[in-house]
Parts: sequence; structure tokens; C-alpha cells
Amino acid sequence: MSSNWSLYIIIITVVNVLAIFWIIRWTTKKRPGEVTQGDVTGHKWDDDLQEYNNPLPRWWLWLFYITIVFTAIYLALYPGLGNIAGKFGWSQSTQYEAEMAQAREKYGPIFAGYAKQPIEDLAKDAKAMASGQRLFLNYCATCHGSDAGGAIGFPNLTDNNWLYGGEPAQIKTSILDGRNGVMPPMGAGLPPEKLDAITAYVLSLSGREADPAKVEAGKPLYTELTCVGCHGPDGKGNSTAGFPNLTDDVWLYGGSPGQIKETLTKGRFGKMPAHREFLGEEKAHLLTAYVYSLSNK
Amino acid sequence: MNDKAQVAEEESSGFYTKHKKVYPREVHGLFATLRVLGVFTLLGMYYVVPWLYWNGHQAVLFDLPARRFYIFGLTFWPQDFFYLAVLLIIAALSLFYFTALAGRLWCGYACPQTVWTEVFLWIERKIEGDRNKQIKLDKSPLTKTKFYRKGLKHFIWIAFSLWTGFTFVGYFTPILELGQSLVQFALGPWEWFWIIFYSFATYGNSGWMREQVCIYMCPYARFQSAMFDKDTLIISYDDKRGEPRGARKKSIDPAEKGLGACVDCTLCKQVCPTGIDIRDGLQYQCIGCAACIDVCNEVMDKMGYERNLIKYTTQNAIDGNKSSILRPRIIIYSVILIAITVALIYSMATRIPLELDIIRDRNALYRTTSTGMIENIYTLKIANMDTVVHRYKIDMTSDFNAKLIMRSEEIIVEPGQSATYSARVEADPANVKKISQDIHFTLVASDDESLKVEETGVFIGSGL
Repeated sequence: MSSNWSLYIIIITVVNVLAIFWIIRWTTKKRPGEVTQGDVTGHKWDDDLQEYNNPLPRWWLWLFYITIVFTAIYLALYPGLGNIAGKFGWSQSTQYEAEMAQAREKYGPIFAGYAKQPIEDLAKDAKAMASGQRLFLNYCATCHGSDAGGAIGFPNLTDNNWLYGGEPAQIKTSILDGRNGVMPPMGAGLPPEKLDAITAYVLSLSGREADPAKVEAGKPLYTELTCVGCHGPDGKGNSTAGFPNLTDDVWLYGGSPGQIKETLTKGRFGKMPAHREFLGEEKAHLLTAYVYSLSNK
Repeated sequence: MNDKAQVAEEESSGFYTKHKKVYPREVHGLFATLRVLGVFTLLGMYYVVPWLYWNGHQAVLFDLPARRFYIFGLTFWPQDFFYLAVLLIIAALSLFYFTALAGRLWCGYACPQTVWTEVFLWIERKIEGDRNKQIKLDKSPLTKTKFYRKGLKHFIWIAFSLWTGFTFVGYFTPILELGQSLVQFALGPWEWFWIIFYSFATYGNSGWMREQVCIYMCPYARFQSAMFDKDTLIISYDDKRGEPRGARKKSIDPAEKGLGACVDCTLCKQVCPTGIDIRDGLQYQCIGCAACIDVCNEVMDKMGYERNLIKYTTQNAIDGNKSSILRPRIIIYSVILIAITVALIYSMATRIPLELDIIRDRNALYRTTSTGMIENIYTLKIANMDTVVHRYKIDMTSDFNAKLIMRSEEIIVEPGQSATYSARVEADPANVKKISQDIHFTLVASDDESLKVEETGVFIGSGL
């Protein structure tokens, strides 16, 4: 808030408080011509409905003054007068910080305790896994699905089929530091018959049905387009370096001929975001155990 | 303050007036007995209930942090708040019903303000003596005895109020733990706040505010006139019989002197907790406590006159018209009240302490498996609202031959807990004719067939 606005608000607030004080004083005073207590005021709405001057008790008046005193105390302690923070220095962010600190104090030791246990043991601890599942549903399920079965572009975490390795340490690295999987658009600009051929060949690697003539035509293309460089001569890729195995019929971006062609011509850019800053080591440890437990019963 | 200053003070603030203390005189009789009965029943319940136990837990406990509400054998969850709404509707309808029937029955016999004030008045009388002694004591200069009496009165009032506040918080924090923490001075800030707040409210309202709460603060006092009709029982002075009022000897015949039955003893004014004169007619200040009926009957008995110079009657009866208790308003209120109460009891008796929530994953519309099937993923939240652990079976039916696949075979949920399971529903795209269609889940406890809930979910497919 700029200082002009702040000043403006301070003035409005103070003037309001003073005006309220004045209006209470003003209405309390008896003016000439006013009826005495218990008499009719002379206001008449219909034949027999009329207003009496039935006074309020004196303490009621004090309630008004007490609210004014409350205002003064409140404004001295809490923010309200423009930019003036108040004696307590309260703000939404300090409140948030305080509550977060409270939560860390309460739940921190639980996660710290889990972090000391080896992941293989933790994966068998039902209580830890219930807590891991809650973390997973909060932080991971948006992409990987609540059953961790993945979706197009988001790996299935339950099939023991890994791009960056399924050992505890490798899973933990994936969570903490993230992963970037890039498939360059190697097939961009290929004439349709060549695209058909390489697609047929890729399908055949997984043992899927494909036109043998096209498979035959696609085989040299596999080397020619440098697919071999990453996916290897046998198409098995590298299950720890992020190069998908093309022979296992598991398709991150879909296994239909159309989807394979799209992968070839447009490339794929997979990104697992890093969670080190966001989650911290201890929570990531528990999540690793949960993910590990999904394929290591 | 001298008289001149007093006058000047009143002149200067025409809209506000100094409060004049009401000293209600002690009264005995049928209605006073009924009120004492009300006090013992209601306050007895209030102070005793938190100490009762039921199946190892406090019988009535509203555990706000855990969001569990225990009322004897029943455990309510936040999703049962519906019952509270119905209960409030019943309470409101009862208020309408009883007000239409007999005026401010609630105010006179059951309102916490009346009930606690009654106790405070009793304490005051025990220490300061009866009405006359209280007035005299207040007028007298501050002596040692006055200081001692007033001090003792406030001490007992405050002690009683603190116990009331403690009991109140005992409905929300287990009262035994609360007692222990109190002894060790280890209460949380909110527990302190509520004990002190509730105590202060009790002390202030029953000790100091009393009738002013009814006259100036209570909204019910102001809108009750809308619920009255000419057949509503009101407390009324029979002025045809009573007037002209006047003091007389017991021996004389009032008719000879031209006097009515009212001996103008003003006892009806003295017993009135709101300080009004019932002989002025029905007034909004009247809380319908019937203290004036009791005391007037006593006087009438002494004089050897007929009772009921002040009595429960109706406007129609006063005007000499036919008065009927059973009128459409009463019948309609009764029917609605009975219907809703029966419905609530039936609904609570047949309540199934089990809940199933089906939440479809939204990260993708659907998933295609390597075998070409279409899958939807669901999160199943199963809440066991019962008091024992249960093992459940889940089933799913659909019009398109879909199959439910769950990772864990067993669903076991601890009492008072909810558990999360994920489920896959798989269908052959050849059978999925619509983009979106319903599938039906049935959850049933393996050990108790009556614990069964059905829930509908949505399956999304390509619809080709």
C-alpha cells in the first residue's frame, strides 16, 4: 500500500471513530420539546400503533463506549490503521508461518523417525505406508493417478518397469531432483511410406502385429535415424538412463501406430519435477518407500 | 448522589435510564414447585451428564478437534450434521407449539436465564435474607457485616459460575482430563477462555443482568406476540372481579364497601422477577413465570376469597367469548411436530454407520491398457462410523460388463476411522457405447450384512 493510501485509510478510520463517539454523545442529549420517559412521542403509524419513549438502561450506553475503547485497543495491537502493523505485528503470513512451524514441530519427528529406516523395511510397515499413501495422493496422484498406474505421458509406477531404475536410491533421486526425458523428433519430415515402415518395425520389436514387408523396410531405418544410439541395437534401451525399452510393449505415450508416429515426428518431452525444495528429504524418503512398495510386494 | 443531581442526570439523558434493581420476593405454590422441578431436572442433567460413561467413553462428548460427537451409544460424524438441523427444526417448532398453547412456558420454566437466575436468587436469599432484608441491606451504609455478606454472596456465585463453566467445557474436552489439567494448571488457552467466558456469562447474566436479559436482549420476548392468538393461555388479572381494589379488614364484606376482590397488597408486584404489575394487563416484560398466581392465591386463601384472581386464561375467556384450546394452529403444529420427530427417530434408528465416497481420478479422462482395454481410476474413501472394526467386501455392477480390479483384496477399517483404497474399473471399448455412464458400487461388511451402502460412480470412455 502506498503511503498516500495508507494515510487516507488512517484518516478515514480515525474520523469514523470520532464521529461515532460524537453521534453517541449527540443522541444521548435531551433536546427541548422531547417527551419525558414513558410518554408517547407523538409518532403514529395507524389508529393504535404509537411509539413510546421507553428508555434503554444506562449500561447499554456503556456498551457503545466499550466498543470504541475496543477499537482503540484493537488498532494499537493489530494492523488496521493503514500501513501501521500494530504492536503484535500480526499478519496472514506470520500466522501461516507460525502454523507451519507448529505442524513441523508436531509431524517432523514422525518423518524424521521414518527417514532413519531403510526403504526396504519401511515399505513393509503398514502404518508408514498409510502415511506414504496420503503423501502420494497429495503430491503425486495428480499426474501418476491415485492408483499410481500413470496415464499417457506419466509413467505407471506399479509395473516394475523403470526408465530411471527401480532401486530405492534411484527412485529417491527421481523424486528429489526430477527427471527430464527427451525423445527428439527424429522422424520429422520422413515421407509417409518410410514413417509407416519404421512404425511397423518398432511395433514388431514388442512382438505386436505388423506388416512383414514394412517391418523389413523399417529395419535399416532404425539405424539410419540413429534410434539405435539411445534405444540400443536390440531396442532394449537403458532402464536406468531414461531410454525406454521398445521390446516390452509398455508405452509411455501410447502404443497405437498413430501415437508411435506422433512420437517419431514430433518428439516427446517428459518432465518429472524436482521435489527437493518442496518436500524435503524426509518426506521424499517416505514417498520413495511407498513407490518402492508398489512394485516390490 | 443527592436528589437534585439525580434529577439533572435523568434530564440529561432522556434515552437512557438508571437500572432499578428488582428484588423478587420468595414464592411458594403449584407453579413455583413446577419451576423448582424444572431447575432440578435441567441443571441436574447439565451438571451430571458429562460425568457419565458409556462403553468406555464419556457418554456425551463433542470432540471438536477429532470431529466426533458421542451421545451415549451413538457416534456422529460431521456428515451427520443433518440430524442437528432436524433437531433444531424440532426445537423451533416446539417453541411455536408451546407458545401458541400456553404463552411463554419456555421463559417461565425452562430457559437457562430463568433456571440459573433461580439458583442465584436462592443463594442470595440464603445469605442476605428475604426481599425486605435485601432492600434494607442495599440502602444501609457499608458496614463490616454488609461487606462480609456481599463478599460471601459473590464468592459463592463466582464459585458456582466457575463450576458451571468447567462443566460446559467438560462437554467438549473429556471432563476427567480437564479436571486433571485444571489441578495442574495445564489447560490450553481455549479451555481457559471458554471456562472463564462461560463462568462470566453465568455470573453476569444470573447475578447482575437477570430480567434485563429478557427485557432488552432476548429476541424471543419481542416476537412472541406474533405467535399468540386469542386462545393462547396468558397470565391475567381478572379486573372485573378485582376492581375496585383496596385494602380492607378480613371481617368486612367487600360488596358492602363497593370493593372488588383485590386487596391491593402489591405482593404480585413484589414476587415479579421482571418488576411489573400484572394488573396493568399483558406486557411484553412478563415471562410467564406465574409467581403472581401463586402468591395471589395464597392471599385469597387467607382472605377466604375464591382463588384465581390472577390465573392462566385466554383473551377470549377474558372477553367472555368461547375459547378453545384445540384449534387449527395447535393441531397443525402437533401433526408437523410428531411427523418430524418420528421421522428423525426412524432415520436415526435405521442409520447405517458406514460411508462410501467414490472420487474419480481426473488426471486423464481414461486410460488405455496395453491390451486395448479402457480403464478409469477411482479413490474409494470408506468411513467406518461404527464402534467396532469391520471387514468389507466391495462389488461393482455396470451395463457394459466392466470389471473392478483392486490391488488389495481385503478392506479392513478400524472403528471411527476412514480408509482410502484405489480401484480400477476396466472395460472393453467395444462395450462402451457412451462417453459417460453410471456404474454402481456396493459395499457390505462381511461380518454384518445390514452394514451395506450403495454408491454410484461415473465411468468415462471414448464412446465410439
